[in-house]
Amino acid sequence: MQTPHIPTREITDEATFMNRREVLQLGATAAMGAVLAGCPAADEAGADDATAEAAGLRALENVTPAPERFRVSEATTSYDDATSYNNFYEFGTGKRDPAKNSHTLRTEPWSVVVDGEVGKPGKIALEDIVKPSTLEERVYRFRCVEAWSMVVPWVGIPLADVLARFEPKSDARYVSFETLVDREQMPGQRRRVIDWPYREGLRMDEAMHPLAFLAVGMYGKVLPNQNGAPIRLVVPWKYGFKSIKSIVRISFSKEQPQTSWNDLADDEYGFFANVNPEVDHPRWSQARERKLGDYRKRPTLPFNGYGDEVASLYAGMDLRKYY
Amino acid sequence: MSRSLLQAFTVAITLLPALGIGLRLFFEGPGPEPVDDLTHVSGEWGLRFLLLSLAVTPARRLLGWHWAAPLRRTLGLASFCYVAAHLLVWAWLDMGFDPGAILEDILERPYITLGMGAFSLLLVLAVTSTRAWIKRLGARWIKLHKLVYVAGTLAILHYFWLIKADYRPAIVHGLILAVLLATRLLLARRRRSPRGSES
Repeated sequence: MQTPHIPTREITDEATFMNRREVLQLGATAAMGAVLAGCPAADEAGADDATAEAAGLRALENVTPAPERFRVSEATTSYDDATSYNNFYEFGTGKRDPAKNSHTLRTEPWSVVVDGEVGKPGKIALEDIVKPSTLEERVYRFRCVEAWSMVVPWVGIPLADVLARFEPKSDARYVSFETLVDREQMPGQRRRVIDWPYREGLRMDEAMHPLAFLAVGMYGKVLPNQNGAPIRLVVPWKYGFKSIKSIVRISFSKEQPQTSWNDLADDEYGFFANVNPEVDHPRWSQARERKLGDYRKRPTLPFNGYGDEVASLYAGMDLRKYY
Repeated sequence: MSRSLLQAFTVAITLLPALGIGLRLFFEGPGPEPVDDLTHVSGEWGLRFLLLSLAVTPARRLLGWHWAAPLRRTLGLASFCYVAAHLLVWAWLDMGFDPGAILEDILERPYITLGMGAFSLLLVLAVTSTRAWIKRLGARWIKLHKLVYVAGTLAILHYFWLIKADYRPAIVHGLILAVLLATRLLLARRRRSPRGSES
C-alpha cells in the first residue's frame, strides 16, 4: 500500500477518520484543476480487487467538510468493506459482483438528461452539474433494506441546489431518477431481474430536504464504479435502494413515479422506504441491523437516526401504510 | 480403495467448505459481512450434502456403484452438521440467543418456520442414524428416513422464500432435488412391478 505524504492540517476530523486509508484519501487539496477531470482507474480493466482499484482512483480537490449536523460521529466503515459489498444488480446480483464486474462502466464523458415539469430541460454534462456548487464531505449512516448498514464519508453536492438550478415548475410534485442502460457496460442487464432501467423517485419536499445529497465521491476520491460512479443519490434516512446509482436522467412529474423495487414487489418495498425499525419487511425484521465488519447486530433507529430532521416531512402520515 | 479409506476420504471432503470459510476468515479477516458468509456457506453446503446423500441410492441402483452405499450416512450426517451450524449462526449472531426473538421469528417468518421444520426432521434422522436405532426400528426405519425428502423440500422452499430477485441458485438446487425424488419414485415403481429386473 502506497503512503502519500499528507499535511496534517488537511486531516479534517480525527474522530471521523479513524481509518488510515481514509486519512490518506483526503489528500492533495492544494492542487488546482477542473472538478471531475482525469481518468478513473477503473479503465485499467481487470482490477477486481477494490483496494488496488482505489489506489488509482483520483482524489477529489477543493472538498470542504460539511457542517457538524451532516457528519455522524460514528466510526466510518472501512473503504474495502464499503467498496466490496454492494447491491448493484446492473453488475450482477451477488454482493461481490459489482466490485468484480463494474470495470466495464465508462464514466467519461457522462451527461444527465433533465426533463418533465421543469423550466430548464436538456442534456447536461456532469461537469456542469457539479461545477456551480462547492464539493462537500458528509458522513452519513447508510442502511440497506436487507438489514446491513455502513457509515460512509460521501463527497458531493446538496440535491436541492442542483434541482433548483433546473427551475422545477410549480406543479412538479415528484422527481425521479434513472440509471444508465447499456448491456455492454452493465453485463447484469443481460438478465431481466429488474425491468431496466433502474428507477427511483422522491416527493419534491423530500428531494429538496438539506440532507438529500448527490455524491460524486467517497473517502475523498471519485466514486468507484461499484458504488455508483460517476454520480449517485444519497438519501440517508431511507433504505439504500432509494439511493440510485450512475444517474443518467432526472425527471420532474405531477404524479408519483414508478420505482424499480416497488414495481417488483410493492408489498415489500414501498415508495417512501423510510428506515423504520417498527415496520418489518414481510420476510425479515427491520428492528436491528449489522454494520459491515461487525459480527453482532445493533438496533436500527427511526429514519436511520435522522428523525429530528426529517420526521416532519411525514407528519400525519400512517408510516405502516406508507412504508 | 478400502471401505474405511473411502469413508475417511469422504469425511475429509465434507470438511472442505468449513475449512475454506474458516481459513478465509482467519487470514483475510472478517470482511464486510462475515455472518452473511457463514450463513450462506453453512446453509448451501447443508443442502448440497443432503442432495449428495440422496444421490447415493440412485447411483447404486442405476450405475451399480455399490461401494457408495456406506457414504449415504456420512453425507447425511455432514448435511446435518452444516445445517446445525447454519442454525447456530442465526440463533447466536443474528438473534443474540434471545429466546423471545427466536420464537417470534420461527412463528412469524415463513422461511424461518420452514427452515426450522427441515432442521427438526434432520435432527430426528441424525439421531436415528446409528446401528442401534436401525436395529430397534427395523422396517419402520426405512419409512422414517424417507422423511429426508420432506426435509429437502422444506429446505428448498426456505431457500426460495428468502430470495430478493435472483432465483437461479434455488432453482438449480430445487431441480436436482426433483430429479432425485423422481428417480427414487421410478425405481420404487420398477421394483414393485413384476417385469422389473431387480430382485
